[in-house]
Amino acid sequence: MRSGQALADQVTIACHECDLLQREVVVNDGGIARCTRCGCFLYRRRDRSIERTLALTVAALVLLIIANVQPFLAFNMAGLSVETTLGTGIGALYVQGKPLVAGVVLVTAVIAPAFHVLAFLYLLAPLHLGRTPPGLARVFRAVRHVKTWSMIEVFMLGTLVSVAKLMGMAEIVPGPALWALMGLIFTLAAVGSSLDPRVVWDRLEVAA
Amino acid sequence: MSAITAISRGLAACHDCGLLVRLAGHHGSCPRCKSAVHFRKNNSLARTWALLITAYVLILPANIFPVMVTTSLGTAQEDTIMSGVIYLWSHGSWPLALLVFIASVFVPFAKLGVITYLLVSVQRGSKWSPVKRTRMYRIAEAAGRWSMVDIYVVTILTALVSLGGLATIEAGLGAAFFGVVVVTTMLAAESFDPRLIWDRAEA
Repeated sequence: MRSGQALADQVTIACHECDLLQREVVVNDGGIARCTRCGCFLYRRRDRSIERTLALTVAALVLLIIANVQPFLAFNMAGLSVETTLGTGIGALYVQGKPLVAGVVLVTAVIAPAFHVLAFLYLLAPLHLGRTPPGLARVFRAVRHVKTWSMIEVFMLGTLVSVAKLMGMAEIVPGPALWALMGLIFTLAAVGSSLDPRVVWDRLEVAA
Repeated sequence: MSAITAISRGLAACHDCGLLVRLAGHHGSCPRCKSAVHFRKNNSLARTWALLITAYVLILPANIFPVMVTTSLGTAQEDTIMSGVIYLWSHGSWPLALLVFIASVFVPFAKLGVITYLLVSVQRGSKWSPVKRTRMYRIAEAAGRWSMVDIYVVTILTALVSLGGLATIEAGLGAAFFGVVVVTTMLAAESFDPRLIWDRAEA
């Protein structure tokens, strides 16, 4: 385990925001290490990090499927009822000749969160079993870049504003996908704070 | 204060896995995760300027052209970002109006201002509080994504109302410009290297 070795080996790290060289210190479970000069977040120690994150990722997968398959909002107006899913909104934009906007929404609300969840399952399930999945470095790196573009929390705020704008015009009924997406925000946030990336990279050293 | 930085010892932290790598030239590759390693982000200042100027140019049409066109019983109503905020305000939901104003108007302009200031301060070798400037960078980087909210509103309204049949809502030209502005400012924040602030301030 890295935590035990850290003091003995005196691992030196550099802050990625100000480049200060510093020694990696052991922090308690859940504790955070910050740069001594600029205060930037360096790392968080998590015991059983891979197992905790894997459990949360499985929960996220269930929510992700519900969010993409089930109705998102239903709209009742003058006896007429319309149900929408995430896909129908994006499809409507595309049909109207706004492929750019449709593409941005597709990537940020559907593809990026799905990639995040599926890639973590691919990485963490074998790691939990003591194996190193092929392409670990490449996939883990890709997740770090893709995560920036996963914006379901912003999407939820957009939903809130839309509902406010339509209130009085029609009756809006939240569907299961909306609740699933709400749960996914918190689950993905927990996934982010339960994984200690150092544990994953350390496995790579063993494999090399 | 003479802090010991990685670069002063010929070391660079791998962008991806954080391993300290000794570099002979300007770049190399990480022995652990095989990713490319540089002392500083490649061409950080030039790239950030390019993306920033693009965003400055596009933010004008994004605010002038309508983001949403509502057609109801033959009459079309066009909404820009600002008129959408005013609509929410006048229909009694001022907390949401404020939220949308902050996300769609304040954040994009403030972010452009902050990144411009950081670039200029680095190029002029400013020594003013690197801690505060790093914090400004961090906030600007984290806040940018919330500007996407208006794009989502248009998407959801389009889907709901268009399928409802009584009125049609379409995304306007402004929405496309605005989406690109949000993406380019996010890329600009990502390409800026905050370590440059410290390099010049401590030199």
